[in-house]
Amino acid sequence: MLTKTKPDLTYKDITPKGIYMGRRNLLLGLLATTGAVAAYKKFPNLVAAAGPAASVPVPLNGVGKWPYSTTETVTPIDKVTHYNNFYEFGTGKGDPADLARKLRTSPWSVSVEGEVAKPRSFTMDEILKLAPLEERIYRHRCVEAWSIVVPWIGYSFNVIAKLVEPTSKAKYVAFQSAYQPGVMLSSYQAGIDFPYVEGLRLDEAMHPLTLLCVGMYGETLPNQDGAPLRMVIPWKYGFKSIKSLVKIRFVKDEPPTTWNISAPSEYGFYSNVNPHVDHPRWSQATERRLGPGLGLFNTRISTQIFNGYGDQVASLYTGMDLRKNF
Amino acid sequence: MSAGKVINGILTSKWTKVVVFLLCLVPLAILVWQGFHDDLTADPITYLTHRTGDWTLRFLVITLAITPLRKLLHLPQLIRFRRMFGLFAFFYVCLHFSIWIGLDHFFNWPEMWKDVLKRRYITVGFTGFVLLIPLALTSTAGWIRRLGGKQWQMLHRLIYVTAVLGVIHYYWLVKSDVRTPLFYGFLVAVLLAWRVGSWLIGKRRQAVAEIARKQPARVETA
Repeated sequence: MLTKTKPDLTYKDITPKGIYMGRRNLLLGLLATTGAVAAYKKFPNLVAAAGPAASVPVPLNGVGKWPYSTTETVTPIDKVTHYNNFYEFGTGKGDPADLARKLRTSPWSVSVEGEVAKPRSFTMDEILKLAPLEERIYRHRCVEAWSIVVPWIGYSFNVIAKLVEPTSKAKYVAFQSAYQPGVMLSSYQAGIDFPYVEGLRLDEAMHPLTLLCVGMYGETLPNQDGAPLRMVIPWKYGFKSIKSLVKIRFVKDEPPTTWNISAPSEYGFYSNVNPHVDHPRWSQATERRLGPGLGLFNTRISTQIFNGYGDQVASLYTGMDLRKNF
Repeated sequence: MSAGKVINGILTSKWTKVVVFLLCLVPLAILVWQGFHDDLTADPITYLTHRTGDWTLRFLVITLAITPLRKLLHLPQLIRFRRMFGLFAFFYVCLHFSIWIGLDHFFNWPEMWKDVLKRRYITVGFTGFVLLIPLALTSTAGWIRRLGGKQWQMLHRLIYVTAVLGVIHYYWLVKSDVRTPLFYGFLVAVLLAWRVGSWLIGKRRQAVAEIARKQPARVETA
């Protein structure tokens, strides 16, 4: 027999007309959803960018030129913004460029306290108005034996110090970075203790070269370079130029510094750039200068004592054994 | 066809060796591609030195993994690839060393020799490299015959030393994040522990066999 006597489909089984007519839309909808999920999985950053905007550097106006800037070739900005040691946002050199977007930079305030007559807080707006902004092109030397030339923007730290009037008990200045637990690595993951702390002797902090820095390359600081406020001490290894400053404290005794806590035999309190005092594991006699171009040939240069700022700062250390006080 | 036959077919085909050879060149191809696309980070010399160092360690680990994998997976044919992986480890360490000599220090021999003597991480790295040279030179079947199997095997155990020195070299150059060097250390430790373990088991079997041979035949009493 070719046909059945009883039909096995009834009226109940008929697809409702609406769904039948809309089946092409249904298929397209499924396809679109699948495509969207696949695209999101492959390009999550695009979606992230669509969310709350990461703080993008804005131009800084009214910046004067500092007469003592170095004339050496400035490092291209994309090298300075994509090669960072900012372990709160990953220990790979390229990590902070990706992850520091999560740093909350607004609202921001810096508290200045300790052995001072007039302790107070400053907002970023107030900081930007305390003194005329200067563009200072400094050499910046990392302890890892590479260096860059950066046009920083700011003014001498002593401007803010004079406002708060350090007392005679103040012998050192302690600095502290922001620590935002939700968006930063833990101390365990980074291998160093957070929040990041640094310190200077009072005369080092008051030296005109010591820069309270609010920008670079004509704009405010990108997150991965220590937005919105950082220090730059050009005659010392780069890790002393603390980023994302939230606290400044004038103190009586030499303050703890993060890298010294992590490896006391390798990173001293002073950490002045010195080709004659090697890191225990590698030489500091030369450095690789990161500049324009691919940088495969002829980038190694001799390291200068105090990173070439000896004329201005050597007097701070007369009589000191720089090997012992490394 | 059984799975075993398929796997055996693949492992013994000469095309597999060609494919594996080309795959081993992919890390270098990627670095060259990145070079042309300005994607070598702001400090390309450090980046290239580190990447070629990574691949040296990886190929050393792969080479050391062949013997345990042969025994555990019952795939003796894997031996066909061991020399290739070992030579690629040597290839990448030569690149690593050449970048250090030619690009980083620009043939400044006195400075480099000072580094080798004074910087302990370079001392162990350089030693590990030097120990691989006789292994690369004697990697052919001709040399196995010339040296005799036992001598050749003893010489090639130097790869254990190089692998350990490579891990220490990496551990000693890292600033604070020691997780990756420790991970390689863990892999090398496991691969060496396997060898120690199987040598001990071998010794035990030998001892048991000795004892069995020396026992007089036991006679069943009624």
